[in-house]
Amino acid sequence: MSAMFSQNPVMNGPNYSFSDAPRTNNGEFREHRFNPYSDNGGSTLAIAGADFCIMAGDTRHTSGYSINSRMAPKVFRIGGSNSDQSDATIALSVCGFAADGNALRDQLDTVCKIYRYRHGKPMSVHACAKRLSTILYNKRFFPYYTHAMLGGIDEEGKGAVYSYDPVGSYEREQCRAGGAAASLIMPFLDSNVNFKNQYVPGSGVGHELKERERHPLSRPVVETIVKDAFDGAVERHIEVGDNLQMMVITKDGIEEIMLPLKKD
Amino acid sequence: MFRNNYDNDAVTFSPQGRIFQIEYSEEAVKQGSVVVGIASKKHVVLCAIKRNAEELSSYQKKLFAIDEHCGIAIAGLTSDARVLSNFMKQQALGHRLTYGRAMPVASLVDEIGTKAQINTQMYGKRPYGVGLLVAGVDEDGTHLFEFKPSGMTEELVGCAIGARSQMARTYLEKNIDAFADASKEELIKHGLQALHETLVQDKELTIDNTAVGVTGFKEGSKNKAEPFKLYEAAEVKQWLDAISESKEGNEGEGMDVDE
Amino acid sequence: MDHRPQAWGRPRDDVYGAYDHSFMNTNSHPNQHTQQPLVTGTSVLAVKYKDGVVIAADNLGSYGSFARFTDVKRLHTFQDTSVVGFSGDISDMQYITRHLHQKSIEESYASSSANKKSRLSAANLHTYLSKMLYRRRSKMDPLWNHMLVVGFDDDEKPFVGSADLLGTTFTAPTLATGIGSMLAQPLLRTYAGTDEEAAERTKEEAIKVIQECMKVLFYRDARSQETYSLAVVSREGVEMKTSEKLENMSWAFADRIKGYGTQTV
Repeated sequence: MSAMFSQNPVMNGPNYSFSDAPRTNNGEFREHRFNPYSDNGGSTLAIAGADFCIMAGDTRHTSGYSINSRMAPKVFRIGGSNSDQSDATIALSVCGFAADGNALRDQLDTVCKIYRYRHGKPMSVHACAKRLSTILYNKRFFPYYTHAMLGGIDEEGKGAVYSYDPVGSYEREQCRAGGAAASLIMPFLDSNVNFKNQYVPGSGVGHELKERERHPLSRPVVETIVKDAFDGAVERHIEVGDNLQMMVITKDGIEEIMLPLKKD
Repeated sequence: MFRNNYDNDAVTFSPQGRIFQIEYSEEAVKQGSVVVGIASKKHVVLCAIKRNAEELSSYQKKLFAIDEHCGIAIAGLTSDARVLSNFMKQQALGHRLTYGRAMPVASLVDEIGTKAQINTQMYGKRPYGVGLLVAGVDEDGTHLFEFKPSGMTEELVGCAIGARSQMARTYLEKNIDAFADASKEELIKHGLQALHETLVQDKELTIDNTAVGVTGFKEGSKNKAEPFKLYEAAEVKQWLDAISESKEGNEGEGMDVDE
Repeated sequence: MDHRPQAWGRPRDDVYGAYDHSFMNTNSHPNQHTQQPLVTGTSVLAVKYKDGVVIAADNLGSYGSFARFTDVKRLHTFQDTSVVGFSGDISDMQYITRHLHQKSIEESYASSSANKKSRLSAANLHTYLSKMLYRRRSKMDPLWNHMLVVGFDDDEKPFVGSADLLGTTFTAPTLATGIGSMLAQPLLRTYAGTDEEAAERTKEEAIKVIQECMKVLFYRDARSQETYSLAVVSREGVEMKTSEKLENMSWAFADRIKGYGTQTV
């Protein structure tokens, strides 16, 4: 029976008379290899309004079942002229592997700073969004393991949200949830922001059905949606919690709001 | 005819122990329009006279922000200065990235000093044809450095380089005791006054040809830098008016003495 | 006897087969870097208190389950203003501390003026180390450590930061690496769950909770040891003790342990 708890480092488990060392699909021995990635959990959310944009994220930082920190923000101001980013107009949120997220943030911020040096003006969200895509794609074969989102005000004064996959595919959207609880929050947004599957009563059947008209939401409504979304995510996802960090981007700059979430 | 055989490159000493190419490069600094720098305990000010090639052209740039806590004033070849300025920006940015803090001004100046010295000891290279005044703040306080094409760097409380800068230095020497505890406004006025000293007869400081750059510590803070700010055009009017007023006052007194 | 001196002490071809030189040929196999830590140190603990930080780690360097080196100092002072506590690979720790020593010399050159205070704060050092770790992980050649950097930040407030072999970083009022994050961190959080709470704790309270946690770790961490180092970083400097011993441990419960798993008698 004691063989069941063998100390054999190769097999690390029951011993048999035959070799049970793990193999790859090619039949070769699987060697232990350094895994350069980890997942630090957390969730992010971005919603664009008519003349504003809200980027939000929780501040919990996890490794497996452990909470590393209760205050590790994942929404960052980008492209300010100072190190305190007080005059920034763009916000970046990163979710997934936090070390990659920080590296990505630093790189994008540096790009924005150099842009400012060279052109004497801040980068537009549109340009910054494209650049972020290129930065991500540059590491196509050793990707930044993050779900990034970029928020700001576009050249027409409208709220803009861009969301990315880890290798740089991106799209401008009205709203997007990212990270651990994305699958919990996104359906809620589909319903409350994009009014999916909501039709005008009595408009007919089949192709005759008229969708409920979408309209830009006001700032208090969006703030409420964000809070509700996170309260829901905290309830059902262990990696989400502690504090809700919200950045409200308007033409006057970025306002940061920190609200408590459940700590359990 | 006399021909100097020892000035063909920057790596050959003359029998007198001089390196002519370096001395010539320092002449290039003297060709540039004058820039003045003064440091107090709380602020560092850079003032510059900008030239324009002709009436129709724009005025050259003399002051550059390097980083939040640091800026430079240049005299000499603007294109060489641009290379150095870009290098300094890169270094400062890189330092912020790796350490999360502002680069100490002395280290930044050391970097360009080293870079410039290399050009004086390698065949086929030429020294930078530009002198710099580097103004900045860090945890050690405010700093003003002078940089020469030879790679020499030196910390000072007040300095002027460029054409006719001796007049400005004389002014600074006379007023040196006033600098340490001077306010930002006073420091700027001293800087402009020093600039004024260098002007030839019919020239005046105008809002078009004067530039001012200031960095320092934030009000009531020991270590937070006030971002390097450039003042040009209408923004310098207040100080120009202020010094011309005091000038008139002085001249009045002077006339009294004459009579 | 084989009379050729060059053959002495070598594996005999007729017994072991011809020697395989292929490992020296770099073209025949992929580059390999460190795949695992060898001699390791276990948990490091750190807590903030109102005027500084307390950090501790035991003095053991384990070789697998073998207690190989029993006097390894895992806390390192940087410029008398910060302390770095290392868990994980000891040789990588030594590499990093050599590097940090070099850095501190350079740094003291840079600030040679009257102001002798180090200008590289613990927060700056933490950023620097995490970039170093992240760079190495990106080369797939990690420095196999998880470390805590303690001292003060640029606003002169107590600072505790963590950085691991992946370049992951975070700060919190209390931190613990390795198994300490499971066993000690919950206890430390009852001492100070937030920065506000930490700002109300005294140095004595901080040392006491660290000592309690070191005891808990010695009871349950099989890779731990009784002698440990404890450092207090305050505005006055670093107070480092390298041969502390756990006191008032009681092993009375040990009699009652009847093996694990399948053992019943």
